[in-house]
Amino acid sequence: MSTTRTTRTRRKPKLAVWKFASCDGCQLTLLDCEDALLAVADAVEITYFLEATSVQGRGPYDLSLVEGAISTPADAERIKAIRRASRVLVTIGACATAGGIQALRNFPGGETFLPIVYPHPEYVETLATATPIADHVPVDFALRGCPIDKRQLLEVVSALLNGRKPAIPTSSVCLECKLRGIPCLMVSGGVHCMGPVTQAGCGALCPSFGRGCFGCFGPMETPNTAVLATVWRRHGAGRRELVRAFRGFTGYAEPFRTESLAHEDQNDQG
Amino acid sequence: MKTRTIKVERLTRVEGEGALTLRLRDGAVAGVECRIYEPPRFFEALLRGRHFTEAPDITARVCGICPVAYQMSAVQAMEAACGVAVPVPLQDLRRLLYYGEWIESHALHIYLLHAPDFLGYESGIALARDHPDVVTRGLELKKLGNAIMTAVGGREIHPINVRVGGFYRLPTRAAIAGLAERLRWAREAALETLRWAAGFPFPEVERDYELVALRPALGYPIDGGRLVSSWGLDLAAREYEAHFVEEQAPYSHALQSHRRDGSPYLVGPLARYGLNSERLTPLARQAAADAGLGPVCRNPYRSILVRAVEIVHACDEALRLAEDYREPDAPAVPVEPRAGVGHGWTEAPRGLLYHRYEIDGDGTILAANIVPPTAQNQRTIEEDLRVVAGEHLALPEPELALRCEAAIRNHDPCISCATHFLRLEVDRG
Repeated sequence: MSTTRTTRTRRKPKLAVWKFASCDGCQLTLLDCEDALLAVADAVEITYFLEATSVQGRGPYDLSLVEGAISTPADAERIKAIRRASRVLVTIGACATAGGIQALRNFPGGETFLPIVYPHPEYVETLATATPIADHVPVDFALRGCPIDKRQLLEVVSALLNGRKPAIPTSSVCLECKLRGIPCLMVSGGVHCMGPVTQAGCGALCPSFGRGCFGCFGPMETPNTAVLATVWRRHGAGRRELVRAFRGFTGYAEPFRTESLAHEDQNDQG
Repeated sequence: MKTRTIKVERLTRVEGEGALTLRLRDGAVAGVECRIYEPPRFFEALLRGRHFTEAPDITARVCGICPVAYQMSAVQAMEAACGVAVPVPLQDLRRLLYYGEWIESHALHIYLLHAPDFLGYESGIALARDHPDVVTRGLELKKLGNAIMTAVGGREIHPINVRVGGFYRLPTRAAIAGLAERLRWAREAALETLRWAAGFPFPEVERDYELVALRPALGYPIDGGRLVSSWGLDLAAREYEAHFVEEQAPYSHALQSHRRDGSPYLVGPLARYGLNSERLTPLARQAAADAGLGPVCRNPYRSILVRAVEIVHACDEALRLAEDYREPDAPAVPVEPRAGVGHGWTEAPRGLLYHRYEIDGDGTILAANIVPPTAQNQRTIEEDLRVVAGEHLALPEPELALRCEAAIRNHDPCISCATHFLRLEVDRG
């Protein structure tokens, strides 16, 4: 151990939590760690977390957790300043990692959204798209989920503050079903399930309720979306259902994005 | 003429992000703007073209603090559109889930967001350093709310088990019965919360709000009924839009709702309580009286007491539902789409949440309208700010700004919801 490290006064790492276009649910996940919350608050200095504290401390921050997508010109600038002030920047949740539900406006027809909701579109400062944080600044780690999983959040925070790589699997929800001994909904019941192409993390929650996965954690590593679409069609899914399925909370993430566009291109009503 | 502007750039301890501008001219409040700079998210637009069965999951994503409220208003509207009535046992299970959200959301607001204002702390976490037992009690209450949502809904944020027609899978009787013991503890903890908060120093304020809340045929409102107000309104859901309008202010990304005649109104705990306090469970009613609350409370600071009363009520009711729970015959009733319009409204923790959908014969959503509680309270919050700022004009700026922020937190605004709310800037010129 170097002399500088041993002689340096130990200080708590500074944690900051930032919000962009989102529902607040992922940062609420931190407050939902009820049992661990006061311990976390003891281990780190919560320097900036508007929802939880009126203290608004300056950077640099050792760890920034970023929730939400970039959808206004001001936010596109704000995220750059946050990146400059952050040693490690982690995106949390589907909005920050994939654009989230508001990224549906990035698809054809999205230009009509503003006048549908706002009688005076000219009062609203918005970009034409809602995009993930990584489209704007380098991201050190992306934690998926809509919302993120509590245990995964605590794993990422403790790993990164201790300088190790977070142990977050990139396999599919299928593996979690197998591990839990849940019979395959698609094979056994013809249920339309996104599990084969969706990243694990929820613990196969929806399948455990007899419901097909709807993609909260986004695409797994190298998913075969085309084959899944074929299987769904065999189980009676029409094209419109396929477009909707791939165009959900993580629909702007590749390759879900390409897959939904592929089914939209074809001009039938199926 | 002397003008000053006071600005609070970032409101804290609220859900979502907003700011406030206060303009003072010749020693009087000339203007108040609560600005929601939270980016717009276009839910009503992106719902078009989606399937009617997707509405509960999509609209849950409006708000991570009250997703169940969105799910409940959405399923109610869709079931109304399709002419389906969900059997009482499934309605009861939905109500249990919803009480879980009330308990979680109110405990979060009381302990982590609101109480620090009365006790002079910057956060619930700082409060915990001096009063660990108190904050731990709050976190345990919050955790119980989450446990209810997880038992019924699968997870606490964006539950996955709610569907149009009922649920995907019924929780076992054992899983729900397991909540009963914890609910008995929680009911006592809620009573202690109320006794603790009743000792806070409350400013003497009496506001002439038009209180607006649901009133069901029986009991305290949560999942339906007619809409009534302290000024004599009595409406069915389909009549809502004829009496209330949403307008857009140039400084905010949230639409603001008001009565057709332009007057502001109040939804949320104070409104629910003021219009329905005689309908609370006997235990909650007695606890309210012991805490010094009359049948109506018009002091926004004392809303923290009303939230605590509502936790007592929610625990009482949830306990009854948990003890009486028997697995219904089926998790859901079939719902076939039919072309039409459906309205749904329920009492989110922060107040009335209205949904309207138009769907076609295939179940495709043609149009959607969502009016969240904070959009409805925005003008009333601005009115409160005028009163507070007017009374404290002589204070130094940082202290005036703190008072204004606290006045906003009285209403537990959810800015994420309202984007479709708020920056404190005080303009003193």
